[in-house]
Amino acid sequence: MTDYLAPGLLLAVSVAALRKKTDVYGTLLEGGAEGLKLLVVILPSLVMLLTAVELMRRSGAMDALTRLLAPVSRAVGLPAELLPLTLIRPFSGSAALAVGAEIMAYHGPDSLIGRTAAILLGSSETTFYTISVYFPAAGVRKTRYAIPAAVIADLAGFLSAALCARLL
Amino acid sequence: MTMSLVWVAMLALSLVFGLLTGRGAALGGAAMEGAGKAITLGISLAGSLCLWSGFAALLKKSGLQRVLTRLLSPLLGRLYPTARRDAETMDALCGNVTANLLGLGSAATPLGVAAVRRMKLLSGGDEASDEMCLLIVMNTASIQLLPTTVASVRAGLGAAAPFDILPAVWLSSLLSVSTGILAAKGLGRLWR
Repeated sequence: MTDYLAPGLLLAVSVAALRKKTDVYGTLLEGGAEGLKLLVVILPSLVMLLTAVELMRRSGAMDALTRLLAPVSRAVGLPAELLPLTLIRPFSGSAALAVGAEIMAYHGPDSLIGRTAAILLGSSETTFYTISVYFPAAGVRKTRYAIPAAVIADLAGFLSAALCARLL
Repeated sequence: MTMSLVWVAMLALSLVFGLLTGRGAALGGAAMEGAGKAITLGISLAGSLCLWSGFAALLKKSGLQRVLTRLLSPLLGRLYPTARRDAETMDALCGNVTANLLGLGSAATPLGVAAVRRMKLLSGGDEASDEMCLLIVMNTASIQLLPTTVASVRAGLGAAAPFDILPAVWLSSLLSVSTGILAAKGLGRLWR
């Protein structure tokens, strides 16, 4: 079913935009240029983190960290290989993307760990960054329970990503 | 700042472990190799990233956002009984949720901030109201229908069907957003 998703969506949205008398092709090109700018923004982060992760893997530090975290991950049902990703996810979107991409590359994008990493990335957000943008921008000083509630939602998201990867 | 500490910790751990395990000699090559891999990965996902960003721009102009907003506003009105009474807050709020659903992050943030500003104006005070906390939680728990960036990474790495993670992403998002809403509603009662 998902095979037809990409071309189907492209067609449906293009037709909808055409009916609005939009310059469909021109808009695609403009948006595409934005996408390449986004790539330029995430590339340095990709380089730095992949360098650091490669060093951690070759030195044996990654294995040690995974082994250290194994009891925690067994308790919560999340593969230990993904715990570093969950630690970085709430703080930086591009760093999480880089670490997640490395995990997918190392374990294979269609392996259980690779798929769980993708599902986790797709179903979570850069929580602390979001909070740090919203409240100051609106001039709200006392955040009350916003942070604990957001963290609870994140934890639920990580666990459900592991669960859904196994189920679906 | 957080990332600077993460970076230093990763390098320090690698060096210490390299020395302890005697694999230090491999580290010089590893650093260069990691950097090279990053560029290879970046190039392999550039195509899909470019394509889906074009799609996002088209989505913005297709009018689909407005249709989705109209569909969602009754549901959101129930979650935000105070905001519902003010048309301007409701517009920004629905726009924010819709933009998030469609994966238009750059459009979602200004709308969300506008909604929180308007809520603050109406409530006075510098304290986050229950509905502001709820809005924050709905923005920090992802509710994206099409995670195109992750799918691009999967495509770049040669996944058989880059989008086949969708059902799992939807279920997982639904679970985390519902937990977030419940947590916000529950904590709202306790936190006085």
